[in-house]
Order: sequence, then C-alpha cells, then structure tokens
Amino acid sequence: MTAGAAVPLAALDLRPAPGAAPPGRMLLAQTATEIRLTLRRGESVLLTLIIPLALLFFFDGVGALPADAGRPIDFLVPGLLALAIMSTAFTGQAIATGFERSYGVLKLLGASPLPRWVLLAGKTLAVLAVEVLQVLLLLIAGGLLGWHPHGSFGWVVLLLVLGTVAFSGLGLLMAGTLRAEATLAAANGVYLVLLMLGGIVFPLSNLPGWAEAIAKVLPTAALAGGLRSVLRDGSGVPAADLGILAAWAVVSLTLAARTFRWE
Amino acid sequence: MAEVLAVEIEGLVKTYRRRSAPPVTAVGGLSFQVPTGSVTALLGPNGAGKTTTVEICEGFRRADSGVVRVLGLDPARCGTALHPRVGVMLQAGGVYPGARAGEMLRLVAAHHRDPLDPDALLGRLGLVDAARTVYRRLSGGQRQRLALAIAVIGRPDLVFLDEPTAGLDVQARRATWELIEELRTSGVTVLLTTHAMDEAERLSDQVVIVDHGRVVAAGSPAELTHGGAEGQLRFRAPGGLDVDRLLLALPDGTVAREMPLGHYLIAGEVDPQLLAAVTAWCASNGVMAQDLRVEQRSLEDVFVELTGSELRP
Ligand SMILES: Nc1ncnc2c1ncn2[C@@H]1O[C@H](COP(=O)(O)OP(=O)(O)O)[C@@H](O)[C@H]1O
Ligand SMILES: [Mg+2]
Repeated sequence: MTAGAAVPLAALDLRPAPGAAPPGRMLLAQTATEIRLTLRRGESVLLTLIIPLALLFFFDGVGALPADAGRPIDFLVPGLLALAIMSTAFTGQAIATGFERSYGVLKLLGASPLPRWVLLAGKTLAVLAVEVLQVLLLLIAGGLLGWHPHGSFGWVVLLLVLGTVAFSGLGLLMAGTLRAEATLAAANGVYLVLLMLGGIVFPLSNLPGWAEAIAKVLPTAALAGGLRSVLRDGSGVPAADLGILAAWAVVSLTLAARTFRWE
Repeated sequence: MAEVLAVEIEGLVKTYRRRSAPPVTAVGGLSFQVPTGSVTALLGPNGAGKTTTVEICEGFRRADSGVVRVLGLDPARCGTALHPRVGVMLQAGGVYPGARAGEMLRLVAAHHRDPLDPDALLGRLGLVDAARTVYRRLSGGQRQRLALAIAVIGRPDLVFLDEPTAGLDVQARRATWELIEELRTSGVTVLLTTHAMDEAERLSDQVVIVDHGRVVAAGSPAELTHGGAEGQLRFRAPGGLDVDRLLLALPDGTVAREMPLGHYLIAGEVDPQLLAAVTAWCASNGVMAQDLRVEQRSLEDVFVELTGSELRP
C-alpha cells in the first residue's frame, strides 16, 4: 500500500462505457500472453526446448543405435521433432490448462467478452509459435551435427500440424476432466512412456513384439515414423501415419469437447 | 441503460445434487431486485447461498427454477450480450497463476472496447508495487484487489463483487470501499456479497439479508435498523434486580434482560416515557443506574434477531 498511497491518484472515469474489443485485438493479446507465460515457466522451457536438444546431442554422441538403423543423426532428428511437438502440444498444454482451470482462469475469462474460440485460437497459436522455435533449434542443432533433410517439406508440415492437433486434443481431454495435480502427474507419466514407446531415441523394433504392436498405433510413433520416412528415406505420402494421427485428432478432440469442464 | 432494474430475481431455487451426499438446497426461493445505479449488499453468513445466487446471475450456474433477469436478459442464454456490460469478481481465483498482476489487468483491458487505464487503476488500488509480481506470489489482499480491478477495468454497467473485502487489512478495505462509492456516483450498479455488517451498512443503498437460501429481510440500512423507532436502553446496576417486576412498570411489548450480571438491556419502543419509567422504577427501588444510554439497533442486532444465530463468518 505504501507506494500506492504516495503516488498521486490519477482520475479514473468509471462511468459505464461497455463494449467488446475487436476479435483481432483480443486474439493478439491472448496469444502474446500465452507465449510469455509458456516461456516464463522454467519446467516448460526445460521440457520443450532443452530436453529434445540434450537427447539429440547425447544419443548422437554415444552411438547407442543398432548399426542397421543408418546414421544416428538421421534417425534422431525426426524422432526428437516428434518429441518436441508432444512436449508442447500435449504435456505443456495439459499441465498449464489444468492449473488454469483449477485457478478459475477459464471460468473468469468465460465471463469476459472474450469468445471461447478466441481463447482456444490464442492457445493454439501460442503452441505453434513455441513449436516453430523448437523446430528451428533442432534443425540448427541437427545441421551442426551434419544432418541433411530429404523428402517434401509439405508432408513434414502436414505431419507436424496434424500431430499438434492430435496432441492438443489429448492434452485438453486430460486437463478438462482431471484435477490439476492429477493432470500434472499423468501428463508427465504419459510423456515418459511415449518417449520410450515412441520410436524416438531407439527403433520400435528393439521392443518385444507385443509392445511394438501397441506402440505402432500410438500418436508419438506415428509422428516420429512419418517424419522419419519423409526426412530420412525421402518417401512420398506417409499415408498410414497421417491416418493414425488423424484418427487420434478426431477422437481426442471430440471427447475433449464433450467432457471439458471449464471450472 | 434503459432498465429500471439492473437485476431481478423471482423465486430462485438451486439444489446441488451430488452422487455421494444428500442434495443441498443452496437457494430456496429467493426474490429481490437491484435498482439500476444502486449498491445492493447480499448480507449473510457463510453457506447462506450468496455465491450461488451471484454465480447464477453471472451465467456460471443454471437455476432449477425461478426467474433471473440481468440488465433485462436471461444470463443463462444471453452471455454474449451481457459479458461486455457486466464486471465479475469471483470469490477467489480467476488469474493465470504465472501471470504478473499488471500483465493480467492489461490482458483483460484488451478484451474491452474502451477500458480504464490499467496503471491508473493499479495505483488507485495500491497495487503499483505488486504490478510485476506473479499471481501465485501475491498476498491474499493483493489478489482480492486485483480481482476487483479486473471486474471494473472494462467500464461495465453492472458489477458483481463476491466478498470484495474478505481478508483485507484496514487500508486495503478503505481503498476498496472508496472505489465502490465512486462506482456508484459514476452510475455503475453494484451487487456485492458480504458477511460484514459494517460494510453492508456503510456502502449500500439496499441490504438483502439472506440465510439458508432465503431472504429474511430487505431494505435500506436505515429502514432495517430503525424499524419503527425501535431501539434499546442499557444501564449498569447491582446484579440480580428483579427484571420481571421492572417489566410490569414498562409498556407492553418491551423486553428486558440482565446479561452479563449487572448489565441490563431493555429493548422496545424507546421514547421519553420509557426512559422516565425505567429511571422512576430504579429510584423507587433505591437502585443507582449507571451508564444509562440509548442505542440504535445495529444491523448486527437485526441480523441476530432475524436469523436467531450469531454471525458465522
Ligand atoms: N458446487 C457445489 N456443490 C455442492 N454444494 C455446494 C456447491 N457450492 C455451494 N454448495 C453448498 O451450497 C450452500 C450455499 O453455498 P454458497 O452459495 O457458496 O454460500 P455463501 O456464498 O453464502 O457462503 C452451502 O451449503 C454450500 O456447501
Ligand atoms: Mg460465498
């Protein structure tokens, strides 16, 4: 209170002048705030920016991959791109949204002139912005380690976007139904499991047969596998992987929309 | 604003049904009105149904039955029309845990067409020092004031303030009261909830006393406390006077009791005749009455009388 009392009070014109801002202005403010909040969270920076880079350098350095998998860097970069997408769109988003729900943020914003679609679009744009940063860092790091991409840029972008949608749906499904603390634990747990079962730092073929069969249809393996088939093998349409991601996207978003509780 | 009544509530009922526990009727047939431009206080103990009522007006919850009109509209269906015009202060929370106070206020300002200057508002509420602190680390009182700032930043026609001063220190409470008074002079309608009698008495044009989900009394603070020239008389005297014999000397309808020992309270139509009758009775019984004084009933007295309960804050 002390400084507040010392500052001369500016006149406030409290007379009613209600009205909503133009949606574009709201979207800009929401997106900028969401990006700032993400980059301010230490654990989220660790999760989204540092871990994928650290894994890239570590696994490229130790040469733990089987010889038949080709050059390690060609295997690792697509996998870690998938991990980066998962950490931002799923883990980070689930945890942040879970806490926002428990702090009543979504409830209060629901009573402001902000339309729901602008709130969600702001979150999505912020996720995409952070992902652009992650992808750039990984591409630069890959380049330093002698990596060269192949294949079509268009398929890569489509895979990344579809992966983002699928993981966002899963993250929002979790955040909208579980308590914040449960979301925190579950989102980290799922991240760890999918990191190991996702064909990210070692091939799925290293897993026992039954685990490989399950892992193949999980979104992480589909994203990593699709990216790898384009970027390493230069193959055309990664149809099966796109199909798996699209199925996850539809199911998770439908369920999230049905079950999401705003408070 | 064309409406004469900013809020109209008629026969509102809300029952919470939970799987594992018996249903709770939080609001059981509540009716009251908030005239445009007034400050109305919903006064009641914890669990009276204040938050439930306000949250139905804000569109967060659905009424089971009854009619609710906010600025002439149904809050359950007209959110898009109402949100720009209605400011909301939740009883707790509502801010990104990692957002700085000033950042959050600027964000909400960006949702409105013609908002107040966030810095001026922070200054007014004594939040300049806290502007760069993240919400998670704000004190309870700072969070309260930030929530109030968020409710008014969009220059609304009507604000709902759920316990705006709960847990505030004296200075912060005064800053909040001054802002609410200024909202009123600026033509903003205010519906606030409180369990503080003095707050309701000081701020509001109308007090609606609720308990167990019902209105037990409503009116201006003056109407409620002066209810027909009622008042009370207190004095000290030796303990153990025969209060029943004293009452025989007083007009019908007067009540008298000794509590604690040696302290006497007489409630009823306090007029010069009553005063004279009491002093005459004392004189004829050789009793020396000390500290004799006439008191107005406070809102607290009214509340205790109506609800039969002490305040349960
Ligand atoms: N979401 C809820 N689920 C079940 N019971 C609730 C819920 N919210 C409030 N209640 C119950 O309803 C009653 C009224 O609560 P509330 O409206 O919060 O009162 P107040 O704001 O006056 O303290 C209380 O008995 C409370 O326990
Ligand atoms: Mg309450």
